[in-house]
Amino acid sequence: MVDVDLKKKLFGSEGEVTLCVNVTVNKGDFVVIMGESGAGKSTFLRMLAGLEPSIGSIDVDGEVWQDGRFQLPPQKRNVGFVFQDYALFDNMSVKENLLFVNSDNSLAQSLMEMMEISGLAERNVTLLSGGQKQRVALARALMRRPKLLLMDEPFSSLDPRMRHKLGEQIMMLHQHFGMTTLMVSHDIAEAKRLANRLWFVEDATMKEYPLKILDSVEHGIWQK
Amino acid sequence: MIDLTPFWLSFKLAGLTTVILFCIALPLAWWLSQTRAKLKPLLEALTALPIVLPPSVLGFYLLVALAPDSWLGNWIETLFGIKLVFTFSGLVVASCFYSLPFMVQPLQNGFESLNRHMIEASYLAGKSPMQTLLHVALPNIKPSLITALIITFAHTVGEFGVVLMVGGNIPGETKVASVAIYEMVEVMEYGKAHIYAAIMLGLSFVVLLGVYFFNHRVRNRMRGW
Repeated sequence: MVDVDLKKKLFGSEGEVTLCVNVTVNKGDFVVIMGESGAGKSTFLRMLAGLEPSIGSIDVDGEVWQDGRFQLPPQKRNVGFVFQDYALFDNMSVKENLLFVNSDNSLAQSLMEMMEISGLAERNVTLLSGGQKQRVALARALMRRPKLLLMDEPFSSLDPRMRHKLGEQIMMLHQHFGMTTLMVSHDIAEAKRLANRLWFVEDATMKEYPLKILDSVEHGIWQK
Repeated sequence: MIDLTPFWLSFKLAGLTTVILFCIALPLAWWLSQTRAKLKPLLEALTALPIVLPPSVLGFYLLVALAPDSWLGNWIETLFGIKLVFTFSGLVVASCFYSLPFMVQPLQNGFESLNRHMIEASYLAGKSPMQTLLHVALPNIKPSLITALIITFAHTVGEFGVVLMVGGNIPGETKVASVAIYEMVEVMEYGKAHIYAAIMLGLSFVVLLGVYFFNHRVRNRMRGW
């Protein structure tokens, strides 16, 4: 169980606002976070990962990641993070990207097989396509067997076929590793397919909505 | 017969300066690229000072600071038994000050141009800032690294004002190539001065051509050309 009570000042188009997030995530949840651009969705994921300083507390399975007095650095939080722009280590091959995180060769091998990138193991990551890079990024994020998988718009630069494929692989990994996953996305179809909970950043607050609200969205365009 | 000792001294000085400065500038440039501290502009300004200061000004202050009758010069001589004025060791110290920005700035620019998320991904992989610097940041700024090393080396070879102020003109000890050329012109030995100057010109051009050629190739490779 993850208990989060965080506050963070943001500078948006409407001036300075304080993002307030008070949520609880259950083990095994797959939460999709939606909201307008600049609302603070990515910032929230970064606060969870310890990449962005914030005020408040995070408690993961009884382990305090931060409270009023201290913040655990990103190195000490067992988080898998998939960045929107992949953020792969360009000087390394696919396999080296994975082994840099954790030298467990058999885990790297099985992740590459699950993600169907075994054939690319020795290839430098700068030579991969967008879809291949995103799959490497996902495999790399799981090399520490994280309790929490955070994904920041993983589908944004992929074509519809690749989105569907990656969505399937994400769900398979989510179930296989028994993880708790939080994903920022604008993709209504993938949200419907993957999520068991839906959050929306609205008026600088994280609010939960029933999943069926997605059914009322027409033509894949979100309307408040 | 041309005396090549001044060239040997110039290259020995440049080599030592480059190695020492790399060790000092690497953590400094990394810290400057990553920090949000309010102290950063002050340190950047101090680091960049040798670019704008006339070499004679820097040389004068170093001469005063390192002289045996100064507290610093006296302290170093007492503790280590090293004289830093009119000696080769003094030239190395002075060159490290003079060439500091030429090592720090390319490295800092390289680190700052890296994808911020790549660095963060390394931290999330459990790696310390030092591991991230050595295994992720440094290998991904090769053009900046080569530029920093070569420009520092070449700039030190080309030193004149600071070297003359701190080292004087002692044959085999502090008479580097640039000082030797100055001395030849002073005594109107233009023939020798031409040869020395031509060697310096040729070497400098080859070094710079090498740097630009390497960076051109690396950039093309990164763009997939």
